[in-house]
Amino acid sequence: MKILVCMKHVPDMESKFKIAADGRWYDGGDLAWRINEYDEYAVEQAVRLKEQLGNSDITVLSIGPERVKEAMKKALAMGCDRGVHVLDDRPSDRDAMAIATIIAAFARGRNFDCIFTGMQSQDRGSGQVGILVGEMLGLPAVSTIVDFSCNGDNRYTVKRELEGGVRAVVEVRGPALFTCQLGLNTPRYPTLPNIMKAKKKELLTVPVTELAGTGNVQDTVQLFFPEKKGGGLLLEGEIPELADKLIAILKEKTTVLA
Amino acid sequence: MNMLLVAEYRQGKVLGNFHELLAFAAQLQGQPSLFIVCDVNAPPAFPGRVYLADVATYKEYDPSSHQKLLLEAVRREGAEMVVFAHSSYGWDLAPRIALALGAAQISEVTAVVDGDCVVPACNSKLRRRVKSLSHTTVVTLQSGAFSAQAPEVGPSTIIPLEIDDATPYTFQGYETAAAGGVDLGKAAVIVSAGRGIGKPENVALVAELAKALKGEYGASRPVVDAQWVEHYRQVGTTGQTVAPKLYMACGISGAIQHLAGMKKSEFVVAVNTDKDAPIGEIADVMVLADLKQFLPVLTEKLRMV
Ligand SMILES: Cc1cc2nc3c(=O)[nH]c(=O)nc-3n(C[C@H](O)[C@H](O)[C@H](O)COP(=O)(O)OP(=O)(O)OC[C@H]3O[C@@H](n4cnc5c(N)ncnc54)[C@H](O)[C@@H]3O)c2cc1C
Ligand SMILES: Nc1ncnc2c1ncn2[C@@H]1O[C@H](COP(=O)(O)O)[C@@H](O)[C@H]1O
Repeated sequence: MKILVCMKHVPDMESKFKIAADGRWYDGGDLAWRINEYDEYAVEQAVRLKEQLGNSDITVLSIGPERVKEAMKKALAMGCDRGVHVLDDRPSDRDAMAIATIIAAFARGRNFDCIFTGMQSQDRGSGQVGILVGEMLGLPAVSTIVDFSCNGDNRYTVKRELEGGVRAVVEVRGPALFTCQLGLNTPRYPTLPNIMKAKKKELLTVPVTELAGTGNVQDTVQLFFPEKKGGGLLLEGEIPELADKLIAILKEKTTVLA
Repeated sequence: MNMLLVAEYRQGKVLGNFHELLAFAAQLQGQPSLFIVCDVNAPPAFPGRVYLADVATYKEYDPSSHQKLLLEAVRREGAEMVVFAHSSYGWDLAPRIALALGAAQISEVTAVVDGDCVVPACNSKLRRRVKSLSHTTVVTLQSGAFSAQAPEVGPSTIIPLEIDDATPYTFQGYETAAAGGVDLGKAAVIVSAGRGIGKPENVALVAELAKALKGEYGASRPVVDAQWVEHYRQVGTTGQTVAPKLYMACGISGAIQHLAGMKKSEFVVAVNTDKDAPIGEIADVMVLADLKQFLPVLTEKLRMV
């Protein structure tokens, strides 16, 4: 079975963000980067599928600048077989439609049986790319899965997570695409021997111009920090003092200590 | 502007969230009509055109037929904007509509400023202002961003829709999470643990503090996904909705899906090492501290109160 996983490199969300000079995205300079959380579940599910079926080959694909190779190496160490790095210095300039077009252009004609993406990226969070890729390739695509099983014969039963903890059980026949939700599985930590092995795996670089198609259908006008709504009190200082202050506030403003 | 609002139907009921879509349409001074796949004998109350397809034929979840039905409604209505809730139904169907129409999809809209949409970025730490460049625009609206507006009374014009479709999706039904041991909805005080607790042993810090405050403890999703805490203690869109007198969010960043479950709390205290964490936007008090040091000291002092 041929499996494709899409993976995005995103900043650690606890980073201190700065707005870039053009005012339309964040400044990538001083940030710590990691695999988009949702995509870690996608990588893990691909590896589990291969472990279940045997005789499979997993390609991990990421569109981004040179640094995304680091994240791809982790995916290879987790068990992907080969990496395709679509080199693009400013992927943030492309909207979801343009990113999906690139992924679909790569996947077309390569006959993947099963494609995994994250349900959303943590930085842009559009939640579109996966479904768009599925539609562009004419494959059934199911979003927000929290449970996945492949019953042989290219049939998949997945559970979509709905609001309030309800799940919808859906069956599709492959080839198909799935977008992965948090908690789908427990992503593994790469072991040292697997990290060593990953160094020998193929990591191909493709210039984005070979795959890019249409222009954007939307434009980011501005990226900005939300206005602080005020009202909230910030307490800073020594721990015991902070505790005393908080207790005094709770006594004054709430009835829970009465 | 002609707008088509997409209402949702689940487990035999029309969901109320289309009232938020109505508020959005009113803000943009658009002319809304409604699309829904539901029980043909019980359409939602809506004064205007309702494009209606039979759920008995097209099921509650079937993106293939729902896409075709909705595209037919968009065409007949000449809609320039298709409006969804940013929900499990909306984010699944919207991209399929956007692609078919060559339209921009703007996801999780929280506000409209001078014709541009504002959406969150980077787990709500930032906001992004987005302009559509296409003729038709598809939007999904963040839950709660536009306060629900009940439809005016007036007669509906029902327009039945039918299409032929050989769908590749088989919807087999629903599974509901098993109800758990504690009902957080009844607790007067809830102390919740987020990913900032770092390791499972630290759940005890939160549980102890909750006990000292005669309350219950809850958790954000990553803590539940990691199985450090039972699912019935999860607060948020895919967990419980709570409104205690005091909610303490410890090591929780304040993602919208968490806030949706606790923002009606009377008093909110956040304990966080990141001054810019979005939980600060709704917290009454933000304690800037490492929870591992702060919680034990607070618990100890509370025991002596
Ligand atoms: C469809 C959907 C549904 C979802 N449903 C839910 C839901 O029901 N409930 C829910 O909670 N989430 C839900 N989520 C996930 C949500 O988007 C966030 O990913 C999640 O809420 C983040 O949890 P967190 O705040 O604990 O972790 P993080 O976002 O990782 O935040 C950790 C916080 O801890 C702070 N911190 C770190 N170390 C310390 C320390 N030592 N002391 C103090 N603070 C520290 C950090 O500064 C940070 O602010 C959903 C997501 C999706 C897409
Ligand atoms: N630059 C990228 N490279 C590879 N995959 C991506 C990229 N951007 C988005 N994706 C995939 O699409 C999913 C949804 O992204 P988004 O639509 O931006 O929220 C992500 O979880 C990834 O799996």
